[in-house]
Amino acid sequence: MLDWLQNVGKKGLHVFESLGRSTMFFLLILQGLGVALVRFRLTLREIYSVGVLSLVIIAVSGLFVGMVLGLQGYVNFAKFNAEESLGIFVALSLVRELGPVVTGLLYAGRAGSALTAEIGLMKTTEQLASMEMMAVDPIRRIIAPRFLAGIISMPLLAAIFSAVGVLGGYFVGVGLLGVDSGSYWSQMQANVDFSGDIVNGVIKSVVFGIACNWIALYQGYDAIPTAEGVSRATTKTVVRSALAVLALDFVLTALMFGDI
Amino acid sequence: MTDNNDYVSSEPLIEIRDLYFSRGSNQIFKGLSLDIRRGQVTGFMGPSGTGKTTLLKLIGGQLKPLDGKVYIQGQNVNAISRSSLFELRKRMGMLFQSGALLTDLNVFENVAFPLREHTKLPEQIIRDLVLIKLEAVGLRGARKLMPSQLSGGMARRVALARAIVLDPMMIMYDEPFAGLDPITKGTIVTLIKQLNNVLGLTSIIVSHDVEETLSIADYIYVISDGEIIESGTPVSLRKSSSEWVQQFLNGYPDGPAPFHYPAHEYIEDLLVGR
Repeated sequence: MLDWLQNVGKKGLHVFESLGRSTMFFLLILQGLGVALVRFRLTLREIYSVGVLSLVIIAVSGLFVGMVLGLQGYVNFAKFNAEESLGIFVALSLVRELGPVVTGLLYAGRAGSALTAEIGLMKTTEQLASMEMMAVDPIRRIIAPRFLAGIISMPLLAAIFSAVGVLGGYFVGVGLLGVDSGSYWSQMQANVDFSGDIVNGVIKSVVFGIACNWIALYQGYDAIPTAEGVSRATTKTVVRSALAVLALDFVLTALMFGDI
Repeated sequence: MTDNNDYVSSEPLIEIRDLYFSRGSNQIFKGLSLDIRRGQVTGFMGPSGTGKTTLLKLIGGQLKPLDGKVYIQGQNVNAISRSSLFELRKRMGMLFQSGALLTDLNVFENVAFPLREHTKLPEQIIRDLVLIKLEAVGLRGARKLMPSQLSGGMARRVALARAIVLDPMMIMYDEPFAGLDPITKGTIVTLIKQLNNVLGLTSIIVSHDVEETLSIADYIYVISDGEIIESGTPVSLRKSSSEWVQQFLNGYPDGPAPFHYPAHEYIEDLLVGR
């Protein structure tokens, strides 16, 4: 019993310690954001790495998700002779929920894991320590530009995901199943609200961007400097980012659309 | 090569006083005190796990001691602000065991890195300075190679060029000879000695390569169990009456440093469960 209590206490302390370290890490990143803005060339390079290189997976996933929405929407709306509402259904599903959420999940798997592995390996091979010894702060030079790049990339990727998804829904709904093209676009135009839907979707993706990049960069920076340590950190990044995205999505949806 | 009196009479650049440091329950330094003299090559030798690399990290301010002080040019490394520590580090070079080159930059950019971060020099001057340092380590022709294309010895030479590009007052070498072939070892030995003499550096070498370290160090501290076992010039160390020093210098498998890790009685262990 005493051992069990001791174990619980030890794990609890470890969790609080980790929370404290990650919060300090986040504050140091915020301090370093000035450098990332002034030396924007460093940030641009990272936008290419985490954003541009994620385009293919985002666009292809968006296309398939849009196609599935088109198909599912058509099958169900057809029961009520409401096929012309397909455009609204596809657009709102993507802009409010699936665009930011699936982009966040894909980002965690594609770019987040790469960030953790990169920073973890830089730690393992003493590159971060050597920077410190060259009087260069790795948080300002390495971490902050990557963080900023992730926050800029995430809403853009989510927007591309949603746009391609809408085209996917159009391809299936209008192209294959015969929904009227005019209804598809006009219903969408009339019912998707810019501030209520699109801006809220963008806010969600920015929040997911902050969460995913914070988790990915912290896990890399805090990784045990061994092959196994980096491997564990990469797994933690994907799992924790996915959970964070889904949990934050519920909170944000409740605040934005839930009348709570 | 200096003798004991020459070394002790020169001015200390680094003073370590009553240094205590531990990792978990493992106490690494127990009141370590020593001086590192300006303009000399000082070696730290001892078996693996005695805290030689930890000592370099404590000198560089990467680790904080439990107790005690590390003074560099009179400044207590652990008591100064982070910005002052970074100013101090601009005058310190460190050569990591792996080289620790930035893997996304080529050789030229790795050497140029400290210049780009800390100066606003025109591109032409950066180019000239980098080529001068690369020439000094014999790798001017390798400037376009990526770190993944370099051998271990070449990577260390590039790291050495990077460490001296800001013309530091001192340079710390962490196991500079480990895992190198004899020719590359010879090259690194010559480079360390030449750079120390030509640039007027203070060099600190942490190594367990006996012959190489004895051949270039002006003064050597032998460390074990967190304490200095012996110190002196290479000549005096070879004549040391300490059994421990003799075992280490000559590589005897058993002696004061036991071959066996502490364990129960051998026979008892074999008979367990019978």
